[in-house]
Amino acid sequence: MAAILDLSSWICLVAGSFFALVSSLAVLRLPDYYSRIHGAGITDTMGAGLILLGLALQAGISLVTAKLALVLIFLVLTGPTASHALAKAAYRLGLDPVLNSEKDKASSSR
Amino acid sequence: MNGGVIDTGLIDMILLAFLVAITWAIVRLRDLFGAVMLTGIFSLISACLFMVMDAVDVAFTEAAVGAGISTVLMLRTLALTKGRSEPHHNRLELGPLLLVVVIGAILIYGTFDMPRYGDPQAPVHTEMAARFIEQSGEEIGIPNIVTSVLGSYRGYDTFGETTVVFTAAIGVFLLLGVPRRGRRAGDALRNDIVLRISAKALIPLIMVFALYVQFHGDYGPGGGFQAGVIWAAAIVLYTLVFGLARAEKIFRRRPLELLVAGGVLLYGAVGVVTMALGGNFLDYDYLASDPVAGQHYGILLIELGVGITVAAVMVALFFLFVRRRQV
Amino acid sequence: MVDVGLYNYWAVIVLMMTGLYVVIARSNLVKKLIGLNVFQVAVIMFYISIGKVDTGTAPILEEGIEAYSNPVPHVLMLTAIVVGVATIALALALVVRLYGAYGTIEEDEIAEMDAAEEL
Repeated sequence: MAAILDLSSWICLVAGSFFALVSSLAVLRLPDYYSRIHGAGITDTMGAGLILLGLALQAGISLVTAKLALVLIFLVLTGPTASHALAKAAYRLGLDPVLNSEKDKASSSR
Repeated sequence: MNGGVIDTGLIDMILLAFLVAITWAIVRLRDLFGAVMLTGIFSLISACLFMVMDAVDVAFTEAAVGAGISTVLMLRTLALTKGRSEPHHNRLELGPLLLVVVIGAILIYGTFDMPRYGDPQAPVHTEMAARFIEQSGEEIGIPNIVTSVLGSYRGYDTFGETTVVFTAAIGVFLLLGVPRRGRRAGDALRNDIVLRISAKALIPLIMVFALYVQFHGDYGPGGGFQAGVIWAAAIVLYTLVFGLARAEKIFRRRPLELLVAGGVLLYGAVGVVTMALGGNFLDYDYLASDPVAGQHYGILLIELGVGITVAAVMVALFFLFVRRRQV
Repeated sequence: MVDVGLYNYWAVIVLMMTGLYVVIARSNLVKKLIGLNVFQVAVIMFYISIGKVDTGTAPILEEGIEAYSNPVPHVLMLTAIVVGVATIALALALVVRLYGAYGTIEEDEIAEMDAAEEL
C-alpha cells in the first residue's frame, strides 16, 4: 500500500513538473501575447495542482493535506483571475491579438 | 520531517544559478517595467532559497515584503515618473566594473577562512544560539525560537526596527503628503466583474489569514511583520479593484495616522509598564505572577504593536503613492 | 550528500557585486534602487547561509528533533528585510519628488541641470 502511494505520488510530481516545463516553453516560444498568457496559466492549474496532489499523497490524511488543499483552492481562485486581468489590461491598452486570415482582420473591431 | 535526509545542497545550487541568471537579466534589461517585475521574481525565488536553508520566518517575510509591497511601490513610482526605459544604456562602465571585481575578489578571499556551508561545529552556533535553543523552552515556553528571540531576548532591537518603519512613514508623509493639481489615478478596473467577484472572495480570506499569522507566530512561522504586510496586501487588492475613493472612505486618513503611531506607542507602553512594576524596560517577567506567563503576555502585546504599525504604515505608504497625482 | 563547501558564499558574493554594479554604474534612479534591492537580498542571503546547520531543521521546538538551525541570523535578517523595505519606500518617494522638481530621473541630467543653475 505504501509502495502504491509512493509510486502514484512520484507520478503526480513528475507530471506536474512536466506541465510546468511545458508552460515555461509556451511563454518563451508562442508568438502572441494572449497565447503566452494562456501558456502561463498552465502552471497555475495543471502544474501546481498535480504537484500539490503528489505532496498530499505523501502526507496522508493529516493537517498538512488540509493546508495543501487550501493552497490549491487559493491558486485556483487567483491564477485565472490574474490571467484575466493581464488579458484585459493588454486589450484596454490597445494590443491586438495576432490573427492570421484576412477575414479575421476585417471582422475584428473594438 | 527530518531536515537531514533531504539533499538540499543540489537544490541550493540550482536556485542560486536561477538567481544569478535573473540578476544578469536585470542588468542587461533596458525596459524598467521588466526590471521591476524581475525584482519581484528575484524576491520570490530567494524566499524559496530561504526555505531550503531552514529560515522559514525570513522566507515568509521576504515573500510578503519583497514580492508584494516593494514591487507595488516601484510600479507606482514608474507610473508617476513616466519611466519606460533607460535612455543611456549598455555602456559598459569600466571603472565601476573594476571596482566591483576587486571588492568581490577580496570578499571571496575572505570566505576561505569561513567554516564550510552547514558545518554544525562552526563557532557561530556555539555561544548565543546554543543558549537560546536550550533555554528558550523553559524561560519563555513558546515553540518558535525566532519569535522568542525577536520578541523577548532581543526586544530592544525589534523596538528600534518598529520605530524605523514609523520614521519611514513620517518621511514619506512629509515628501508626498501635500496634495497638488494633476491627473488622478484612474479607476479602470472597477467595472470588471471577474476581478470584483474574485476580490470579494479573496479579501476576507486574506484578512483572516493575516490575523492567523499574527497570533500563530508563537507556534509556527509568523509574527507581527508578516501579518501586517499581509493585511496591507488585502487593502491594496481592494484599492486596485474598487478604486482609491472607496478605499479611502473605509480606511480614513486620520485613524490610519493614529494607528501608525499607535503600534509603536503600544510597544513602548509595555516597556514602561514593566518598569513601573519594578523590572527593567521590556522585562516581561514582571507582567504576571508567573514569569513564563508574563513572557507570553509581553510577546503577544508587542507583536500586536508591531503588526498594527506595519499594517498601517504599508497601507499609508500605498495610499500616499496612489493619491499623488501625475502632472 | 552533495558537499557544497563554499560555493554558496561565492554565488551570493557574485549577486552582491552585480547589485552593487547596478547601483554605481547605471544613471537611472529607479534602476539604482532595483540594484540596491538585489544587493540587500544578497547580503541577507549571506547571513542566512551562515546560520544553516547540516542536519538541523527550522528553529521551531518540537518533540524528537535534536538539531536546529541557528535562530540568531534569522532574527537579525527579519529586521534587515523590514528596514530595507522602509528605506526603499523612502527612496522611491524621493525619486517622485526629484521627478517633480527636475522633470527627469536620470542622474547625469539632474547633475547637469544643477551645474547649469549654479553658473
